[in-house]
Amino acid sequence: MTVQDSSGGIADLSSDLRFEIGTDDPLRLDCGIDLAPVTIAYRTYGRLNADKSNAILICHALTGDHHVANTHPITGKSGWWQPMVGPGRILDTDRYFLICSNVLGGCMGSTGPLSIDPASGRPWCLKFPGITIADMVRAQTRLIDHLGIDQLFCVIGGSMGGMQVLEWAAHHPQRVFSAIPIATAARHSAQNIAFNEVSRQAILADPNFLGGDYPLHGVKPSRGLAVARMAAHITYLSETALHRKFGRNLAGRDHFTYGFDADFQVESYLRHQGSTFVERFDANSYLFITRAMDYFDLAAESDGVLANAFARTPVRFCVVSFTSDWLFPTRESRALVHALNAVAANVSFVEIESDKGHDAFLLDEPDFHATLSGFIDSAAEHRGLGRRFFR
Amino acid sequence: MNDPTPVNAAAIRVDLQLVADMVEPGSRVLDIGCGEGLLLDYLGRFKQVDGRGIELSMAGVRAAVACGLSVIQGDADTDLQTYPPGAFDYVILSHTLQATRDPRTLLCHMLRIGRRAIVSFPNFGYWRVRLALLLTGRMPVTKTLTYQWYDTPNIHLCTIRDFTLLCREEGIAIEKAISLDSRGTARFDGGRRLSNLLGEQAVFLLRRT
Repeated sequence: MTVQDSSGGIADLSSDLRFEIGTDDPLRLDCGIDLAPVTIAYRTYGRLNADKSNAILICHALTGDHHVANTHPITGKSGWWQPMVGPGRILDTDRYFLICSNVLGGCMGSTGPLSIDPASGRPWCLKFPGITIADMVRAQTRLIDHLGIDQLFCVIGGSMGGMQVLEWAAHHPQRVFSAIPIATAARHSAQNIAFNEVSRQAILADPNFLGGDYPLHGVKPSRGLAVARMAAHITYLSETALHRKFGRNLAGRDHFTYGFDADFQVESYLRHQGSTFVERFDANSYLFITRAMDYFDLAAESDGVLANAFARTPVRFCVVSFTSDWLFPTRESRALVHALNAVAANVSFVEIESDKGHDAFLLDEPDFHATLSGFIDSAAEHRGLGRRFFR
Repeated sequence: MNDPTPVNAAAIRVDLQLVADMVEPGSRVLDIGCGEGLLLDYLGRFKQVDGRGIELSMAGVRAAVACGLSVIQGDADTDLQTYPPGAFDYVILSHTLQATRDPRTLLCHMLRIGRRAIVSFPNFGYWRVRLALLLTGRMPVTKTLTYQWYDTPNIHLCTIRDFTLLCREEGIAIEKAISLDSRGTARFDGGRRLSNLLGEQAVFLLRRT
């Protein structure tokens, strides 16, 4: 089988790759439904080596997608982990074959609520089956099968991407050589479920939501989705970061309006975040994917003991958290590390000092990058992929 | 990008060298208070050890992980409970025992999760320490005890004799005991009386009985 790839060019704008799961072998979801056909949109960077041992799966976060290191087709912005990917970079396209797929339930090419329900010939909308993090990973395992890869050298991701990393490590330990869960948790906390619920209620309350059938009527619940994004965006930052960036500065005026226009810069910033988000994201996808995060709890399926989910794991772990992340605080990572210690797993754990909140994992944090680089290089050496020559 | 490898691994501190010499090649090792991972790096390179580390300081952990070592940020006093019994061949505690809140419990945990434990510590019974206290009437500050009383992390200092007695009380067998004089070269059998006077620091290899 030949494997298509985009030949490592980080500015490569060739079209997405697509992988189809046919009706002959549907995807069995946690909710009990057999879903088919399923399309998974993905991108690759770098080249798969002869023995297929250099593949790294990158798992994206809630509102991310597979445009990791190429110009985004809708926003025109550079990829969400662009600085990490490329020749000689941490995710070195000269050495590794990088894969990132849009999650099941997404809206950037993979099957989701906007896709056509074969039974009705219309978009699924809210009739799309409920999905879980495990379902997303199931779809990814099919893609990895299709690429002929038995074992991934590394699975890496932050936030919801980190949940997928943990799901891979817990349920497909033989297929993962190393795992890097970043700014994540083995279960979604009550507080995070609460934040998601606020976001979902904002969408559901939009008059254009139309019970989820808005795609059939050519409208979008843009107000609701924008508010959802605004609320969520606050949780991705920190008080310090917000204050440093905006303080109490007024937005293009020198006095209060005594009205409800965006007087403050922080308000206009959030409004901008909301309005650009609705251009690229589907509200129904937002509902289904946030739900998948809420359902995530690795310990629950192992008699409430997280360590059991990783018993006898051969995977090398590198757990990373950030000091100012209050969405996935360090204590969540520490609980994970304790569980991994309890099964004597090979684990590294670093809390990176940063005041940039949860989003720090997307930003240029030198300590974070040094940690990743050291761990990946060492794992590569153990995997027999050689030691990197430093430039 | 610079090569983060921090060490000229052939040259480690003399007490670390003694510790390293006690470790069988190819074994599983947990180094508690591993700092930037000098010993783990050495053991990995020269003894093919499957090594893990725990370090309290984030700077130490970041440096160690950036060098490719399996190190977690954690506290020796609280984070050993989660490890399963017999997970390691050796659990190492170099120059950290005296800085822990509960050295006795820590020692027991080390021998629960490891088949053997290697402990090194500064000897408070060393003659210079005794003399300093006797002559100056002030808390001793020496080459191995470099802190002033008000900024020292060393809250549970002990002598070689104290440590030997604790091992006896806990039913811990001392397989090997080495003490180092001030030059770090001459060695005395740590089991003897004289070592408590002449040894500036000590390294013990311990086993459950």
